[in-house]
Amino acid sequence: MSEFKPLPDQPPPPNTIGAVGWMRAHLFTGPINSVLTVAAAFLILFGISWFINWGLFDADFVGSTRDDCSGEGACWVFIIARLSQFIYGFFPEEQIWRINVMFFIFAACIIALMIEKTPKKGWISLFTLVGFPIISFYLLNGGIFGLEEVETHKWGGLTLTLVIAIVGIVASLPIGILLALGRRSDMPVIRSISIVYIEFWRGVPLITVLFMASVMLPLFMSAGAETDKLMRAMIGVIMFQSAYMAEVVRGGLQAIPKGQTEAAQALGLSYWKTMFLIILPQALKLMIPGIVNTFIALFKDTSLVLIIGLFDLLAIVQSALNDPNWLGFSVEGYIFVAFMFWIFCFGMSRYSQALERKLNTSHR
Amino acid sequence: MANQLNEQGKAKTSFWNDPAVRSVIFQILAVGAVVAFFLYIINNALTNMEARGITTGFAFLNDTAGFGIIQTLVPFDETYTYGRTFIVGLLNTVLVSFLGIILATVLGFIIGIARLSKNWLIAKLATVYIEIFRNIPLLLQIFFWYFAVLRALPSPRESMNLGDSIFFNVRGLYMPEPIAEDGFGVVWIAIFAAIAIIIGMVKYEKKRQLTTGKTFPLFFPSLGILLGLPLIVFFISGSPMHLEYPELKGFNFQNGMTIIPELMALLLALTIYTAAFIAEVVRSGIEAVPHGQSEAANALGLTNGQRLRLIIIPQAMRVIIPPLTNQYLNLTKNSSLATAIGYPDLVSVFAGTTLNQTGQAVEIIFMTMGVYLTLSLTTSALMNWYNKRIALIER
Repeated sequence: MSEFKPLPDQPPPPNTIGAVGWMRAHLFTGPINSVLTVAAAFLILFGISWFINWGLFDADFVGSTRDDCSGEGACWVFIIARLSQFIYGFFPEEQIWRINVMFFIFAACIIALMIEKTPKKGWISLFTLVGFPIISFYLLNGGIFGLEEVETHKWGGLTLTLVIAIVGIVASLPIGILLALGRRSDMPVIRSISIVYIEFWRGVPLITVLFMASVMLPLFMSAGAETDKLMRAMIGVIMFQSAYMAEVVRGGLQAIPKGQTEAAQALGLSYWKTMFLIILPQALKLMIPGIVNTFIALFKDTSLVLIIGLFDLLAIVQSALNDPNWLGFSVEGYIFVAFMFWIFCFGMSRYSQALERKLNTSHR
Repeated sequence: MANQLNEQGKAKTSFWNDPAVRSVIFQILAVGAVVAFFLYIINNALTNMEARGITTGFAFLNDTAGFGIIQTLVPFDETYTYGRTFIVGLLNTVLVSFLGIILATVLGFIIGIARLSKNWLIAKLATVYIEIFRNIPLLLQIFFWYFAVLRALPSPRESMNLGDSIFFNVRGLYMPEPIAEDGFGVVWIAIFAAIAIIIGMVKYEKKRQLTTGKTFPLFFPSLGILLGLPLIVFFISGSPMHLEYPELKGFNFQNGMTIIPELMALLLALTIYTAAFIAEVVRSGIEAVPHGQSEAANALGLTNGQRLRLIIIPQAMRVIIPPLTNQYLNLTKNSSLATAIGYPDLVSVFAGTTLNQTGQAVEIIFMTMGVYLTLSLTTSALMNWYNKRIALIER
């Protein structure tokens, strides 16, 4: 009896493996798909080649006036000539190092927080949330340590955008936590106050809030107490943002099992101890992606301060577009602003997605 | 027993350590703080307004406005009142939100489904669209369309021209306007009758399927009735409608329908921006339906269409609808950015021009906020009701 010898395996049909197989499976599955693929490929090649030609090969980068632009492609000279204004606003030139120091500290904090193995992460995040805003306020505003005072109406550009966004998020976090705790409280009065506050601010557009902050706040202050425009805008942003933050915090709180509270109570911890030692540390971890997402929304929304006359990144570019020496370069200007915002928002959304994946330990 | 323990507990804890007493004290303090805060700002507001000579109350709504508005859905000119500007602005907000919601839904669903396509190129293209447009501020997109694109269009004399009836230039898009003549009411009646017949047909089909298990195609007959019946009535009654064409008179076009560039820019930006978010909602909704459902449907021998219509879509919609309404609400609130390019919406006309002319900030801001607030609260109440209705009932 001869031993059973299987024949060697046949290779798979050549059109199901390799590049051809992949293309058959992913690009040319049927007639409709093939047509779609060809149309999309044509669109992409055409669009990208046009864009690269316009923005790179035919574009002008060096020069100082509009005469240095040939007019065939993009005129990046305009952006490069105004770059310092777009980033630092109307800050006095000899004081710009202060903004750079602020950017440097901020970047250092963020990098330290992003790297997983940084020691003492808790202290670093505490510094980012509390110490950094205070330091940067004195750096920007000056008036002490022999720094020259720079009034807020000279702040502008990317600096102002970042200032509003960071202040908005940092100040709204504690208010949001209190509101979320209030919304889950057993006391009916506290609960209703929190609900009314949250639903009111979430129900109205930011623009009306900014309008309200700029025209109504001066009426509400006692006579003589003047606040500047930036301060009023920030108050509006904080009130608005804290309502959204409260909902994020509430989501995090709801994810913590009730047994945690009960166990803490059984140990005899008071309400605040239960919250700050047991519930919030666990919930805060879950909330980070949500906080980053609201931060992205707020970062985009800071562009609305243009409407009440502050010069954030978008507003400063918009006003530069109306400069008679540089008329007609609006596309370049808008692409520059879009690119700046996009880099920040896309980076943050990637970070929050990665975090979500890391925190998501449930079985799929 | 329990009672006794309670008695003991009460005897031991001091007055201010009793949770019930504490809670009452906290709540009274909270109410006091809120009341004091409001009294303080109201008092300040009244003194400040008196000092600046601002009148209070809603009497200004009956004063003559004295300014024109570039797009009005109801009759309006300089002689109408401030109250009327509120209505005009509100209707313009409703118009742009309504159109934006429809367009964004269509585009968003297409892109969301494209993102799940088996076609690698199409899926990547949809992903790139989503990642680009939802990470760029809406205001910037509005500015781009308005200042960089629509402002670069030719003047009325050199306008782009499609068959001498549609004109596109820097002042807007001009189209022929259908004007109803006497007797057009019959066509409306026919349209409503067609809708009623279709509803009846759907009900009958459902009943028949439940009792006999037999089905018959509904989509094409319904479409036929919806289009056919009004058309037949329209021609029988002697075509009671004509088109009014736009024509160049002097420096601009007269007659016909006009879409102003402000509306176009706002619609384009709102649609493109919101569609990116809706696409993500749609994608997550469809992905939320477990793969086993499709397999079970295939195992039962349902056709591709039946599987989608009866199994996948109903389950995906349960996940999609709540965040989708949220996006609709966002779109409506975002339409207030109109004020940046001068589209005459509620915020621009009422909280802008009217406020500047009358100076009655408190009343106007609260009326404006009230509109958006009513809308949001109504929507979220409806959503809560809907969520309760469709929630899975498990054991």
